[in-house]
Amino acid sequence: MSDIASAKAEVHATGLAATIGHVRYVLGENRVTGFAFGLFVLIVLAALIGPYVVPYDPLASNTAAALKGPSASHWFGTDQLGRDIFSRVIVATRLDFIIAVSSVALVFLMGGLAGVAAGFFGGWTDRVVSRIADTIMAFPLFVLAMGIVAALGNTVQNIVLATAIVNFPLYARVARAEANVRREAGFVQAARLSGNGEARILLGHVLPNIMPIMIVQMSLTMGYAILNAAGLSFIGLGVRPPTPEWGIMVAEGAAFMVSGEWWIAFFPGLALMIAVFCFNLLGDGLRDIVDPQRRT
Amino acid sequence: MWSMALRRMMVALPSLVGVVIVTFLLTRALPGDPAAYFAGPAASREAIEQIRVKLGLDQSLPVQFVRYVADLARGDFGLSLTTGQPVLTEIRTRLPASAELTLLGLIVSMGIAVPLGIIAATRPGSLVDHACRVVATAGVSLPVFFTGLILVYVFYYLLGFAPAPLGRLDIFYNAPPQVTGFYLIDSAIIGDWEVFRASLKQLVLPALTLAIFSLAPIARMTRASMLAVLASDFVRTARASGLTPFTVIVTYAFRNAMLPVITTLGMVFSFLLGANVLVEKVFAWPGIGSYAVEALIASDFAPVQGFVLTMAVMYVALNLLIDILYGLIDPRVRIEA
Repeated sequence: MSDIASAKAEVHATGLAATIGHVRYVLGENRVTGFAFGLFVLIVLAALIGPYVVPYDPLASNTAAALKGPSASHWFGTDQLGRDIFSRVIVATRLDFIIAVSSVALVFLMGGLAGVAAGFFGGWTDRVVSRIADTIMAFPLFVLAMGIVAALGNTVQNIVLATAIVNFPLYARVARAEANVRREAGFVQAARLSGNGEARILLGHVLPNIMPIMIVQMSLTMGYAILNAAGLSFIGLGVRPPTPEWGIMVAEGAAFMVSGEWWIAFFPGLALMIAVFCFNLLGDGLRDIVDPQRRT
Repeated sequence: MWSMALRRMMVALPSLVGVVIVTFLLTRALPGDPAAYFAGPAASREAIEQIRVKLGLDQSLPVQFVRYVADLARGDFGLSLTTGQPVLTEIRTRLPASAELTLLGLIVSMGIAVPLGIIAATRPGSLVDHACRVVATAGVSLPVFFTGLILVYVFYYLLGFAPAPLGRLDIFYNAPPQVTGFYLIDSAIIGDWEVFRASLKQLVLPALTLAIFSLAPIARMTRASMLAVLASDFVRTARASGLTPFTVIVTYAFRNAMLPVITTLGMVFSFLLGANVLVEKVFAWPGIGSYAVEALIASDFAPVQGFVLTMAVMYVALNLLIDILYGLIDPRVRIEA
């Protein structure tokens, strides 16, 4: 008994080592992907420990030091209430990251599962899912997101939901196409022959096989999710001041752009840009690994 | 040709029906009780009940839907609570401002992206090719409101080239008499070149912001499809026959390469119409996007819904137009259809 357990552990360990080795190979192979991965680690770090290491309280105002440009004590300067912009930018990472990750996870659950079912079962499941996707695609996506948040109520949860809904067609289509080609694949027929139910085949055999492609899709849409959420909060939806969030910080600094206080909007905007850039590069890199033929 | 256009229109119809259903569902999803909302905070219970009956909210959903469609057919988009004006009137007066901005943005973007993509494809691995790739990746990463603000800072505050980002026309000028609603065209019609220059000055930065945003997909697509076409047999034959590189690229390759680019325009429009809202907010542009944003902030729902519906209908129409255009350019599509 213990033999089996230790053998299992061994297999597991070598599997893990192989995975790490593969990741290292991939990151070394393409410098840009390695760079993006480094940025990604930084963003995750900022989201995890940011609030504990920033030099100032992101909400503490200090009118004596209001509207000061970048300096040694305030790296990114201070805003109209004297709050330290560096601290606010770092602290905001967590909220922006959570919004993006949860909306991508949500759309993966909704769109991914609906798409797999549509591609696998065909018939009316396919028709319903495709029709929903088409209808969403008939809207300019950001405009639809605005409408959803306006109708459901102006909260962060609804921003997440709206971002997920507008991304639904992308996920549903990719998952549908991938599931469709595997519908009659050898391993699916083998699973069917050994007596597995259709639902079990779908979740246990087809879904794991399209996971790599779905993960690439998630990474590619993550950047768009951040932009979408930041755009919504820029026009005053979702996050409310004084909560630090990149989109709303750019909005707060917008009025000061014309009078020359550029740093208030610039640094949160820069953070936003770097985050989106990082996810786009990472997504491209991951796609190259999973699907080298689509490399451009 | 006409039968093809008609058939395309039939294909667009389900999209339109879907759009109307979704906007209807959005009106029903209002947080809280819509009747209480429309009645205002001081309304009595009877007044709320009266409004509920007046709005038809006491009816079943299908009945409400029929009423909604009938209202839309009559052009009744409801009243704006903050301004008291019918939503349709306001959207109609503000639409030209948005359309002028979006179209100019698209023209500028095509003017830069298409040549860039072609040059990148004809010289793979060159400096232009790398520049094209950087532009394509950076362009999609830039939040459009951020680009706009940076442009304002550089060209208005630092250099002083651009006017203040406050609307379509400086207050010293009067708007030209309305013909098309596009200030550039209207002022050119009456020959008022001073107003033309003034409105062009106001337009440059927001249009450039939109152009930078939509540059990426067009440049990327032009490069990819140009590369594919340049590798094809008929281009090789044209080259072997001794045609000049210019003739080969412009007359033979370019025409064929434009087809996928035109298809991409559908997606580009989806981005552009959304980005338009953000750009209008940055530049205080009096278009329908800023109208919707103001209404959103005031929790005034009828304008937002009117805006979403208008945008969606325009987007469906644009896609239809692209489809028909595609058929005009590519005879194969016409024959297949």
